[in-house]
Amino acid sequence: MDSIYNALCDIVDKEYCSNLPEEIYIYSYDLGTAEPKKPDYVVSPRTVEEIQKIVLLARDKNIPLVPLGGGLSLAGLAIPQKGGIVIDLKRMDSIIEVNERARYAVIECGVSQGQLISYLKKHHPNLTHSEPGAPPAATVAGNIIIHGQGDLAHPYGFSSDMVLGLEVVLPSGDIIRIGSCALGSGWFTIHPLPDIGLFLGWCGTTGIITKLSIKLFPAKKIRGTGTFVVEDEELIPEIIYKITHTQIPEDIIVYSRAIPPFAKGLHHITVNLAADSEKELEFKQELIWDDTLGEYIKNDLGGYLGFTKELERPQISKTSDYKKGGGFEYVGGIMPIDTYPQCYIRGREISEKHDIPYTVTARIIGLAHSMMFAWTYAFNRADEETIKKAREALYETDELVIELGGVIWKPGIYGQRLVMDRLHPGTKNLMKKIKTIIDPLGIMNPGNWELL
Amino acid sequence: MFELKFNQDLCYHCNTQACLTKCKFMDIDNATAKNEILKIVRGEDSFVLHECVTCYACEEYCPYGNHPFYLIVERQEALGITPQPLPLVKRAINIGIPFRGEPEINEINGPVINLGAFSQLKNKIQGKLFDGLSIISSDERKMFHYFCQLMYLHYGKISLIKERLPNVISTITKHKPAEVICFHDECYGAYTLFCNAYGISVPFRPVHLFEYLFSRLIKLRDLIKPINIKVAYQRPCSSRLCPDKHLYVNRIFELIGAVLVKRQFSDENALCCGLTIQGQKKEGSRKRALEIQRKNIEDIEMAGAEVCVFNCPACFDTLSIKLKERNIIPTFMSDLCRISIGEISFNDIKMSG
Repeated sequence: MDSIYNALCDIVDKEYCSNLPEEIYIYSYDLGTAEPKKPDYVVSPRTVEEIQKIVLLARDKNIPLVPLGGGLSLAGLAIPQKGGIVIDLKRMDSIIEVNERARYAVIECGVSQGQLISYLKKHHPNLTHSEPGAPPAATVAGNIIIHGQGDLAHPYGFSSDMVLGLEVVLPSGDIIRIGSCALGSGWFTIHPLPDIGLFLGWCGTTGIITKLSIKLFPAKKIRGTGTFVVEDEELIPEIIYKITHTQIPEDIIVYSRAIPPFAKGLHHITVNLAADSEKELEFKQELIWDDTLGEYIKNDLGGYLGFTKELERPQISKTSDYKKGGGFEYVGGIMPIDTYPQCYIRGREISEKHDIPYTVTARIIGLAHSMMFAWTYAFNRADEETIKKAREALYETDELVIELGGVIWKPGIYGQRLVMDRLHPGTKNLMKKIKTIIDPLGIMNPGNWELL
Repeated sequence: MFELKFNQDLCYHCNTQACLTKCKFMDIDNATAKNEILKIVRGEDSFVLHECVTCYACEEYCPYGNHPFYLIVERQEALGITPQPLPLVKRAINIGIPFRGEPEINEINGPVINLGAFSQLKNKIQGKLFDGLSIISSDERKMFHYFCQLMYLHYGKISLIKERLPNVISTITKHKPAEVICFHDECYGAYTLFCNAYGISVPFRPVHLFEYLFSRLIKLRDLIKPINIKVAYQRPCSSRLCPDKHLYVNRIFELIGAVLVKRQFSDENALCCGLTIQGQKKEGSRKRALEIQRKNIEDIEMAGAEVCVFNCPACFDTLSIKLKERNIIPTFMSDLCRISIGEISFNDIKMSG
């Protein structure tokens, strides 16, 4: 008998543990182009104590441990590069607290985007979180851990900027808390204690986040999307600068794509606006469309396409339909806004070189402090040649991000190496030391951010 | 290229100048109207070419059927005066490009209903009213092969219509339809009056949806129970291209026992939904569209309508949320007719609207 399997079954009950080929196969790949790698075991704990026991088992047996949320990063970040145990966190799905007045929610790490949206809509209709537009099964924690961005990224920044507290199981098995919750108080602030920024952006290589508190924001009665269309990509940085100067929108996205044809060679700027009354909404619309963008309309440089009282989520996944076989993956770069024209032009070139209809999308983060620019490549899952082309396009785009002075967002292994090659030596050295101290055996999601 | 059949003598000798004096969006007296329309006839610039909101209504106002609106669009294009900003023009041009392969052509040899570029509205052609009809353009991925192109009248791009429309007609003809019921009256206007005005050959018989519905309802008369719902009708711009079919609105309402409310903005006096106006280049267009929509919807509300009936999906999309905010249910004519023959209930359209 397999002693590791038996030990895992003792921790979580055998119903939530498997080493069957047909079950571990599912955990061997994600929806992107990364090469599949099989884990040896899959386990799905329900409590932090169970997670702690699994970590201690992995440490004692020196087995790799890969935490998994929704498994929707597309970048292969939860593919077990060196086998071991995949720890599927979806059962950790309690919404522990929502504080209406202080506007925060304490949730477990397996709570999905769809679950939180639905819960808030039903129980706290005046509150919302920064929703990334990912499939509903994506976890809130997963988006935060990879420094994702949601539909409130323009006013409030990265999703990870909205963290107010964390509970983490370290590779040693110790459980720690960060923020006001560490004092036994409420989970209302991450400041002003000494900063322990060790767990966000590390792809689960420094520990397993089990609980987190996130900021919630006012959900206005009317939320909708207006669209402005521009042909000249050189105008985008200037227009974004002007729109963000108003500090009015909730979300600003720019997209251009070859399919459907209406979007080809054009840049659609979608602006989400929210208001509690028609009066407030019209005030905001007037400032954006008339006062800020009116000059572009007058000069034949831009056009107002209308406003719909529904939120339009960016649906990059629609790209997967462009080639038969339903696959897509994208490179996200956190880029200076001024690079938009080059991001667009060079992205089109890469797509055309690899015979893939181009799709680019940019989401504005902060007051135009940066944007997440996504280059998306469709492929046919049943056609290895198209997967190869998409993979090559992705690698070239990783390099483009670096060349244009950006930072690769949630890089896969290839992108991580590009980043590490260019990382400031002092920074790299400190990261190595941190990793060595926290995870001396290197059991946490090995293969990712390997600095040693 | 196809040339517009336009008789300029009719304009020189016209005493009404109805094309411009009746315009609901420009305040023009007879003398100015005469002067401006003759400038347009001569191919000169006119403020009308810049101010026109492209509501199509002058096509109906002209007492001689001399196609003043097509002439305006011809001149706008010739003089490079696009009512919409150039990026929106480019976007519109791109919309009509088919991109998901060729349509499957099946020979029907019977009556068909053509959904045009509205394949997503298949659920609006259900039940006994449509028994025995084959559908063409039922696949959203291929629907732009059936797109009548007349939308480009809003963009000062009549040449594009002339260039693309014959291919669309050819595609429809390949299905060998006995007659083609046009889901949207813009398609009907394209295959009848527009093609006639430009001498474009149409080898099939187009039928207006409302005329078809009326004839079907006559056949199903025994099933009809008066619906006694107070309705308003949002007349679309495209209806101005085939005003002779507008009378079927009243005929249908009478037949199904719908009570058409008395409004200020109906029939010849109807207001545009505002979709096209909101994006136009002229300063203040967005607010202008909002104001038109406000007047229109208040008129519907004050007249006591419970339901607003549409033919045009674009009008429906533009006004439906605003109507619902005032507890007026937006719906399509076919669904209203289905209530009368007991296929669906008033509550159904309330939910689906």
